[in-house]
Amino acid sequence: MDESMIVGKNHLRVDAWEKVTGNAKFTNDYTAPGLLFARLVTSPFAHAKIKSIDTSLALKLPGTKAVLTGQHFPFLTGSLLKDRPVLAVEKVRYHGEPVAVVVAKSDHEAKLAAEAIQVEYEPLPVVNTVLDALAEGAPLIHENLGMYKVVKPAAPEPNTNIAHRQKIRKGNMEKGWANSEVVVEASFSYPKSDHAAMETRCIRAQISAGGNVTIYSASQSPFVIKKLISRYFNVDAGKITVHTPFVGGSFGGKAAVCLEFIAYMASKAVNGKEVKLVISREQDMLSAPCHIGLEAKVKLGCTKDGLIQAAELSYWFDGGAYADQGLAIARAGAVDCTGPYHIENVWCDSLCVYTNRPYATSFRGFGHSELMFAIERAIDMMAKKLNIDPLVLRQKNAIRAGNTTPTQVVLTRSNIGSLIKCLSRLKEIINWDEGARIEIDENKVRAKGIGCLWKAPTSAPNATSGAVLSFNNDGSVNLSIGAVELGQGTKTVLAQIVAERLKMDMSKVHVTMEVDTRTNPEHWKTVASTATFMVGNAALEAVKDVIAQLRQVGSVALRCSPEQLEVGYEKVYLKHNPNIFIEIKDMAAGFMFPNGNAVGGQLIGRGNFIMQHLSHLDPTTGRGVPGPTWTVGAQAIEIELDKRDFTYKILRAASVIDAGKVINYKTAESVTMGGMCMGLSIASQEGFQFDSNGLVQNPNFRSYKLMRLTDIPEYIVEFVETPQIDGPYGARGLGEHGVIGIPGALANSLSIAVGGELNRLPLTPENIWKQVRGDSK
Amino acid sequence: MPEKKMYNLYVNDEEASVVARPSDTLLHVLRDQLGLTGAKPGCENGDCDACTVLVDGKPIKSCLMLAIEAEGKHVKTIEGLKNTRIQKAFVENWAIQCGYCTPGFIMNGFALLNQHSNPDSETINDWLSGNLCRCMGYAEIKAAIKSVMTSDHADKSS
Repeated sequence: MDESMIVGKNHLRVDAWEKVTGNAKFTNDYTAPGLLFARLVTSPFAHAKIKSIDTSLALKLPGTKAVLTGQHFPFLTGSLLKDRPVLAVEKVRYHGEPVAVVVAKSDHEAKLAAEAIQVEYEPLPVVNTVLDALAEGAPLIHENLGMYKVVKPAAPEPNTNIAHRQKIRKGNMEKGWANSEVVVEASFSYPKSDHAAMETRCIRAQISAGGNVTIYSASQSPFVIKKLISRYFNVDAGKITVHTPFVGGSFGGKAAVCLEFIAYMASKAVNGKEVKLVISREQDMLSAPCHIGLEAKVKLGCTKDGLIQAAELSYWFDGGAYADQGLAIARAGAVDCTGPYHIENVWCDSLCVYTNRPYATSFRGFGHSELMFAIERAIDMMAKKLNIDPLVLRQKNAIRAGNTTPTQVVLTRSNIGSLIKCLSRLKEIINWDEGARIEIDENKVRAKGIGCLWKAPTSAPNATSGAVLSFNNDGSVNLSIGAVELGQGTKTVLAQIVAERLKMDMSKVHVTMEVDTRTNPEHWKTVASTATFMVGNAALEAVKDVIAQLRQVGSVALRCSPEQLEVGYEKVYLKHNPNIFIEIKDMAAGFMFPNGNAVGGQLIGRGNFIMQHLSHLDPTTGRGVPGPTWTVGAQAIEIELDKRDFTYKILRAASVIDAGKVINYKTAESVTMGGMCMGLSIASQEGFQFDSNGLVQNPNFRSYKLMRLTDIPEYIVEFVETPQIDGPYGARGLGEHGVIGIPGALANSLSIAVGGELNRLPLTPENIWKQVRGDSK
Repeated sequence: MPEKKMYNLYVNDEEASVVARPSDTLLHVLRDQLGLTGAKPGCENGDCDACTVLVDGKPIKSCLMLAIEAEGKHVKTIEGLKNTRIQKAFVENWAIQCGYCTPGFIMNGFALLNQHSNPDSETINDWLSGNLCRCMGYAEIKAAIKSVMTSDHADKSS
């Protein structure tokens, strides 16, 4: 086995057989005798005073064990800004907000009890859009915003609906506009939508007589659940164990911790008995946090030959009723506000705005598919105005080593990769030179649009991870990690990294599938496309540790110095004579000499990782280091449009992403295609539809349309590999990136096809028709 | 509350006695009483097909069928498939990510290939357009189905 026998190879997923046989267990797949069931009572109004809650009928029902309302939770929660009650207190702020929870002997009885709870509301004026929210005299959604506790650098503006404002002030705007010969200015709209993971959220909680808390949650953040349960309920962190089995998709939506608090309190209300909180699809879409929306204003200034001189960017993220991660998304949106283009002079105000809509949390891309939609549309509009090929305009301005980002980080080849290479390759694979717009016949036109992408993981500056290796007496190794398998293939890729460095067959690496916060080392949370980077580095440290131990014990067994030994192929052997060796299985639990003397003990390797050299952002300029690296890429969509009714087929979707190093092409391709499909789905047909009272009209899969197998294009996925020097084997994160450039690329292709500017998503035929009609006015 | 009643189903070629209310869905009886959790609740509204099982050989959304309607019928769940070519094809085509929709796709695909040993693209689309997947771009799933497009896909357990 040579170096790089496993990394870079298409190993089958380590969880595949469990998943094709029905053996893979998800949180909701467990049941137990005596298990109690909890169901939520939710708000039918978007903004209303709670006048009274009558629980008496529900409590009289034979199966009911407990009913809890907001008064049982006398505190506010929020990871960045404490603005959200666990259950609504005094008023409700969005359609679907949890108002009460019932616990009953069976799920059926819990549903009956939930229906028996009578809540009297008095409707309040509804703030339905960010524009309404920012208008003068807008009703306040949080009257006490100025009194809320700020947990991390957050800048709420009291007596407004602004939860956070992140400023970017880079260069000199006056100079930028003075150098600009052509200016483009436009507004863009990206609707609020849903994660729509196939598994709805589910939590079980139990409190033992001794005070030990056990929680099972379909979550991306089991270690955060542990911290927050400890913080809010004053339980010693060591007494809390959180388990996360396989998670049925998440896309950022299961990073938020919210329903866990309800489940914990529900268990507490029934003497600590185990309670399962089950969330229906409708509640998963409405009550649990959703995908953020964006209203954007972009003004770009450019020289006649296409060099961008200035960007003025207003991003108003629709955070909904509570800030949650919306606040951090507004910050991340500012950090990468320009898209992957080199611009010396930048002004950006990125806001998280409260509205009376379901509240938002992280969503794949963390604000980037939203802002890139606005930027990529603006770039195409600029290209049109300049009469320059839009791909050439992107090549001219593509960010590269030596440039600075909006937060003034000086880029290197290692941390920015090569957008230029991605664009060059994209140009070839989509046959760009044949022309972006081709008339097929009188009614049909074929068109291509491009969308670039970039994203840095804006993690906590001290985000940490760990890995523990232990050996079995067959010589195989167990890899214990705290990263959650959400479908992205993280367990497979991490096993490959360990197998490669130990020069061991993949079948001999056993990865822990479920996460257990008591036995697995802490992993910050499985978000931001960072698991390969963070856990991969920790795992390599653990391998290094275990190799040192193997050499040490091996040197005793083989009567040589540790430096003379090599580890691989399940053996420790002399470098200069591999025929002299000892098998790892004979050292896994210590090595014993023929006479019974023993040395070593069980082999256990440990490794950890912490983000390095990150910093908080300066509140006035945004200057700071938000993340360790950027992943860049270029994407394209080709459509065929019927000019009569604006129906269209998506023919091809292409992505070229700088992956640093592809550990497993098949899983990388699969996760990228999944992102592309999701981006197409969001941009072409998704989005919550609100009525004038802020009520969601489509909280189910019948009326909220997702892409289906019949809708898919031909996919082309390629990777460029500019190593990220501090990544494991040079790998960069790529889990989120497939989605990021797609909405812009689709909108560009359709704009080219109709000869107009389609700046509002989703691009349903009806919406295209409306926008084209508006343009011609 | 309506009385619970005991009755018999044939599930994965074995007789199974269950106790259920008339309103209990087949999905929940399979999951809660028989421990067959491969069929997944995704929408419980017939929109996602994650709960697909075979009833007398036909794919059925088990969230839309009452358990009592399946009395005396033969139900096959993902747990009843052993080393079939379609399962192997899903593994070998990376046609899985989170795995939540996978059993529904496999059951629908298994039934499709039982009825059409060599389906064209349109037939595959017709059969599988009911199944939602949020992780993937569906291309791998199509490839997996196509790779099994010969006769005799059912059992290769030896």
